[in-house]
Amino acid sequence: MSTNENRDQFRPENHENDHFLLTTVVGSYPKPKWLNRAKELYQDPDHSFDDDDWQEAKDDAARLITAEHERAGLDVVVDGEMRRNEMVEFFAHRIEGYEFNGPVKVWGHNYFDKPSVVSEVEYTDSWLVDEYEFTAAAANRPVKVPITGPYTLANWSFNEAYEDDDELTLAVADLVNEEIEKLVEAGARYIQIDEPALATTPDDHAIVGEALEHIVADIPEEVRIGLHVCYGDYSRIYPEILDFPVDEFDLELANGDYDQLDVFKDPEFTADLALGVTDVHVAEVESVEQIERNIQKGLEVVPPEQLVVSPDCGVKLLPREVAYGKMAKMVEAARNVEAKLDAGEIDVERGTPTPADD
Amino acid sequence: MENIKLRYSLARATMTEYVSTTTGLYPLPDWAKDELSSLKGHQKHDLIGGDEGEEITTAYEEAREEVVDVQRETGLDRVVEGQLRWDDMLAHPLAVHDAVETRGIVRYYDNNNFYREPVVQDELDVSGDVAGELESAADLTDDLQAVLPGPYSLAELATDEYYGDDADFLAAIADFLAGELEAFPAHETLYLLEPSLVEDAPGDGEDERASEAIDRVASATDADVVVHPYWGALSEKVYAHLLDADIDAVGFDFVANQEDNLYNVQEYGTTDDISLGLVDGQNTLVEEPEAVRDRVDWVEDQLPVSEFETVYLTTNTETFYLPYNKYEAKLEALAEAAALANAEVTTT
Repeated sequence: MSTNENRDQFRPENHENDHFLLTTVVGSYPKPKWLNRAKELYQDPDHSFDDDDWQEAKDDAARLITAEHERAGLDVVVDGEMRRNEMVEFFAHRIEGYEFNGPVKVWGHNYFDKPSVVSEVEYTDSWLVDEYEFTAAAANRPVKVPITGPYTLANWSFNEAYEDDDELTLAVADLVNEEIEKLVEAGARYIQIDEPALATTPDDHAIVGEALEHIVADIPEEVRIGLHVCYGDYSRIYPEILDFPVDEFDLELANGDYDQLDVFKDPEFTADLALGVTDVHVAEVESVEQIERNIQKGLEVVPPEQLVVSPDCGVKLLPREVAYGKMAKMVEAARNVEAKLDAGEIDVERGTPTPADD
Repeated sequence: MENIKLRYSLARATMTEYVSTTTGLYPLPDWAKDELSSLKGHQKHDLIGGDEGEEITTAYEEAREEVVDVQRETGLDRVVEGQLRWDDMLAHPLAVHDAVETRGIVRYYDNNNFYREPVVQDELDVSGDVAGELESAADLTDDLQAVLPGPYSLAELATDEYYGDDADFLAAIADFLAGELEAFPAHETLYLLEPSLVEDAPGDGEDERASEAIDRVASATDADVVVHPYWGALSEKVYAHLLDADIDAVGFDFVANQEDNLYNVQEYGTTDDISLGLVDGQNTLVEEPEAVRDRVDWVEDQLPVSEFETVYLTTNTETFYLPYNKYEAKLEALAEAAALANAEVTTT
């Protein structure tokens, strides 16, 4: 059985099977109801709930959800992004050069505070080192750090200051690089760049690839860099993304019932594949058998040593018990598939596109 | 520069009228975002169905009055209703229709915005939904401008499970829009928004049918009709066919593409009136009115047309992409730019 040093640094010492399919999550998790109530108290100017109380509430939530991820049996955990409100706003508040003018529509009555870049972006204080150090101290397992990628940060902002969005993307990429350096100094070994805006406009892979070169500059080899992409047209970005300087691609595929899986079969998928095996838009926990079948879909694209198992996307919109159920069943399914691989019971042909139904 | 300006000021002595307007589909005022979120909810099935109750209707009426006031106070020459109820953006007239089922949430062009996919399942008869909105706005202004999706864009945004043939479907959509339009109260101008003519350009044969469909809709009103494509320039063939339709003005998105738009006009000429999309509906950077006015001069300088009867100054796209304060600022810039351009005419 071949190994994969970069991925296998996260293999638990007492792992029960010979095969190892790294299990992890994308990042966000439903916030405990009491945390939302605490936030309301904190925002209420007439209430005595102060900065320290709010900090304590967020710390408690981060501890709780990190432990919940461990209880589900995940090999690599996060804190469920308990300290973050939204994936662009959170970072825009920490980057010099951004300003907020109010909410804009995404769809229906769903809005977000889309920020404007009004002057050159600058790195001042660290964005995530405190969050990482806290979670790492609270966790008994390795911790992954999700960071919104520069293309999404640029694309989901109004660009008032840069010649074009590509220039802004690269400027933000340099700041992400600075942040990752600080995270690595603090001990982080697994970074995930979230680029949900990728694969939504033609040829955007070119600028994302260039941005990733900026992001990984001078970052040590052993640090695992993943790229999370969701809800796009993958045929727009494959095989070009194989040239990206990342170890792993984390892809949403369960939601579309793997209808885009064939895209990744030809040419050969040379990176690690973190496969979405549970649908975060269905508020029902899939059966272990169903998730096992989904995991095996990944084996049509990569051999077991290149496979990582994860939900499609962040699970924050699910009821908390459903989110937990999906994590726990996902881990159970991964361990079952490992055991079957050990026993030689799985025979999946790799790289052959599925014939069309009609 | 001074010489150029002088020359064009003189050329305009026969009085081009500069009209400030917008393409509609405004952002809701922030209070209305909050209030309507709590009244309606955040999910797919909570979106507008055309049968909303009194509380929701009242909230929209207040919001409509507010955006009409904003336009009047800033001095825009044409006043739109704002299309604040259009949860599904340009797909709205179908999304609320009884013969249409709305399905999954799909991406709205290349934006981070989504709408419910409207699936036409029965004959599209007159619904009167948009006419109802305009009736409420007509009481508030004498400069009413109606806004509708162009037939080609509306057909492209929808799925047909009834008419069975692309050409028949497009013709049915055109008839449907014409029927809606006939029920409208009196209006000065009609903007037909046609981004799909750029984004999903019609092929051979389809380009001619798109032009015929526009002609069909335009024939249903006595108002001046402006067909406004955006997010780029039309291909030459599509543009040439569009000029065959009986319309008063074509719109040009000079924010997204200057060169190809100019080329089209230089090569094929244009209508007697023109609509210039000069203010960016998708960026918070607010244009200076003087700079907008200079851009008008510059565009006119590039064109072979000696003078237009009417030049509409507008945003290139809808404005719901913007935060409310910036949307207001954009309207001010347009109104002032048109005032500056008109002042230039009268002082010569």
